[in-house]
Amino acid sequence: MSGPIHIQPGETFILNVGPQHPATHGVLRVKMEMDGEYIVKAETVLGYIHRMHELMGENRTYPQVLPNLSRLDYLGALGYTHGHVLAVERASGIEVPERAEYIRVITVELNRVASHLFWFGAFVMDLGGFTPLMYAIEDREYILDMLEAVTGSRLTYCYYRFGGLYNDIDDEFIDRARAFIPRMRKSLKKYDALVTGNIIFRKRLEGIGPISAEMCRKYGATGPVARGSGINFDVRKNEPYSVYPEFDFDVPVYDECDSLARYYVRMEEMEQSLRIIEQGLDKLPEGPIMPKKKPKLIKPPVGDYYQAVETARGSFGIRIVSDGTKNAYRFKLRSPTYSNMSLFDEACEGMMIMDALALMGSLDLVIPEIDR
Amino acid sequence: MIKDTVLQSLRGLFPDPEPVVEEIVTEAAEGDEAEGEKKKPAKKKKEPRNNGVIEHDYAQYGYDIDVQLDPGELLAAVMIIDKAGFFLESVTGVDWIKEEQLEVVYDFSRYDFDTCRVVIRTRTPRAKPKVPTISKIYPGANWHERETHDFFGIKFDGHPHLVPLLLPEDADFHPLLKDFKP
Amino acid sequence: MSLTILNAVIAVVIAIAFAALNAAYLVWAERRGAGRIQRRPGPNVNGPLGLLQPPADGLKLMTKQLIIPGGADKALFMVAPVLAMAPAIMSFVTIPFSENIVARSMNIGVLMIFAFASLGAMSILLAGWGSRNKYGVMAAVRAVSQNISYEIPMLITVITIVMMTGTMDLKELVAGQSGGIWNWNLVPSLSSPLMPVAFLIFFICTLAETNRAPFDLGEAESELVAGFHTEYGSMGFGLFFMGEYANIVIGASLITILFLGGWGCPLGLFPGVWWFLLKIYLLIFSFIWIRWTFPRTTIYGLLNLSWKILIPISLFNLLFTAGLLKVF
Repeated sequence: MSGPIHIQPGETFILNVGPQHPATHGVLRVKMEMDGEYIVKAETVLGYIHRMHELMGENRTYPQVLPNLSRLDYLGALGYTHGHVLAVERASGIEVPERAEYIRVITVELNRVASHLFWFGAFVMDLGGFTPLMYAIEDREYILDMLEAVTGSRLTYCYYRFGGLYNDIDDEFIDRARAFIPRMRKSLKKYDALVTGNIIFRKRLEGIGPISAEMCRKYGATGPVARGSGINFDVRKNEPYSVYPEFDFDVPVYDECDSLARYYVRMEEMEQSLRIIEQGLDKLPEGPIMPKKKPKLIKPPVGDYYQAVETARGSFGIRIVSDGTKNAYRFKLRSPTYSNMSLFDEACEGMMIMDALALMGSLDLVIPEIDR
Repeated sequence: MIKDTVLQSLRGLFPDPEPVVEEIVTEAAEGDEAEGEKKKPAKKKKEPRNNGVIEHDYAQYGYDIDVQLDPGELLAAVMIIDKAGFFLESVTGVDWIKEEQLEVVYDFSRYDFDTCRVVIRTRTPRAKPKVPTISKIYPGANWHERETHDFFGIKFDGHPHLVPLLLPEDADFHPLLKDFKP
Repeated sequence: MSLTILNAVIAVVIAIAFAALNAAYLVWAERRGAGRIQRRPGPNVNGPLGLLQPPADGLKLMTKQLIIPGGADKALFMVAPVLAMAPAIMSFVTIPFSENIVARSMNIGVLMIFAFASLGAMSILLAGWGSRNKYGVMAAVRAVSQNISYEIPMLITVITIVMMTGTMDLKELVAGQSGGIWNWNLVPSLSSPLMPVAFLIFFICTLAETNRAPFDLGEAESELVAGFHTEYGSMGFGLFFMGEYANIVIGASLITILFLGGWGCPLGLFPGVWWFLLKIYLLIFSFIWIRWTFPRTTIYGLLNLSWKILIPISLFNLLFTAGLLKVF
């Protein structure tokens, strides 16, 4: 459903969706000018959970900032810390042992699956179906337990170190990861049977919330949002980092541009992540997890470094402007949801509020990551 | 290769390209060696970089093309980038307090496999920072510019709605300026 | 004289007690059922199987302060929850649970129940409007348009049945279906081959009329926070909640009486109140099942379903049945 037919001036009202609203999954506020059920104009208001991580990045040494990164996005935290260690390693030229790289990829992909699982549950809950969330959380819990055993925390990981890892994985982790793959594949089939074929679910998403490829480009949307609009863009493939070139995986792309396409992309990405984990476990080389030669104090040479990684939500970028000291001179975080969310104002104009909230759910918002 | 075409068009923006490019190329060549790199920062600290185009090593810096230009030429450069089909990654600022300048950094990247990251920088005096907005070309820059305005106090000329985005509505401070005292 | 008044008082008290008890324990059943569907235990701490949870909840709701938001229409705000509960209790009075268990048997029982049921929409409208909340108003508008559009196919279906049986007395309706499953209105006969369709329409309409998922647009929590009862706390909320479950019981009772042979056994043996209760609780379980399985529809999908599908089909059913009745 789209487009109010006639809007009488003075007949609209302002509806504040948020900052405390069940659909915004956090403290996000969207000021909507409504004509009955239709949205005439929307303005997103941010900053309710702004913590100025960029300034913290300037005030702390590089290792001290490391835990901050996982506070950006509490659902896919490893991807963000991965970006940071990669950026600093690039800047200071630290070599990473191969085993550490493989473990990083395995854990990042596990975390991606966990993040997508939670999104899946929360998204269907946005549409009014509560049950899939419980199923998704059950599977996610398995991953969190697994990661907790090796990283020491459940959500806000600080597992990667410059040059390697804090902790090596053990046989138990490998066994559990191996057991997880068939279990998750079975679950994915179950979700498909439970949710994807549901007529109400499909009617609510098909053709709803169109985001064109051109719009993605103008707003800088990345990740599953862009891939749902027919853009074959995945930083893991386009600008390969870490050991991703050694893995065989596909990037799911759908041309429909609607909310259902974004749903399909994420669901298929989980399967691809499982493939990566499977290969990673097979190929996992022996060796150290920290480099032999590593500077005691991280002091990247003067320069301006950029590192992009593909997190669960899209292309996350870190810009480090170094002045040669142990603190960054400028520490810029380019968060994917920030760009993805910025197109919401334009995309939801003329939609009905329930469709707009379905669109919002399909963007996979994590508010601390938008506000930083 | 899109990189070459973009380089060509971007160099066209500079009226006297030859000396700039030459200087930059040597600088970049120096940058590859560890010793040369140490010299470069020393140079950089004293005087701001000249305007011009630099080709960077992706593996080392994470981007391919680095352009610095005057705020006046910014729109022309962004239009070139837009026409070449780049998407906007982010807009941010850097406070070069010793040089009394604020730098605005624009990151662009591509969706296709012809990977090319372009960084456009422009500098504006710290006392009265003012840069034209690119939100007419890239609507997505709207939020990024508001954020940069929040953090650095840089005015974006022609921006439709330059009010604080991440900071409180009545914020009159700019936390990422180096002389900011909380 | 005094005996009739006493009778009436006792009947109303029993109706209230039955409604309240059902509401309380259906919440428990719903939560346990949801827990089972979602592979989690549900309430299981208070008492055996968590059976003391409803009294605890009730006590909590009753001891909380009733907050009336500033700017709200106080009178409407207070009246609305009462109006949600009262018609539901009134409807219980005329429902026959078995041949002898009925508070007040009326020969226009069907009419009375639907007259009271339509008051339910009124309470939602008053609650949404009176609480001076934009979400409330939006939800009220939704719920009222939903109730009106689903009352039409529901009533047309009922007219079809009344036409067939020739009575509006609930007891007679059941009596006409006694003797086994083949006599039930649900089962198509020569003169009424479309009865399963009518049953389906009635079932869907009952879901929509009671504002149950997937038609819970009036309180769509992920869109309108809590819909019309956003501003209600304590027992105001409690009454809405109880009213909802009381309405569910009435809806299930009506389906049982109109289609499933009331207190009659499927095989024609031992008719009695236990069959009636078994049928309504099975229906209620199916409501719970549906709620925790389906996502919510959209408002336009909902209205389209009613106006474009259910109403034409039920009208066709009415005319077709009328024609057949003329023939046979």
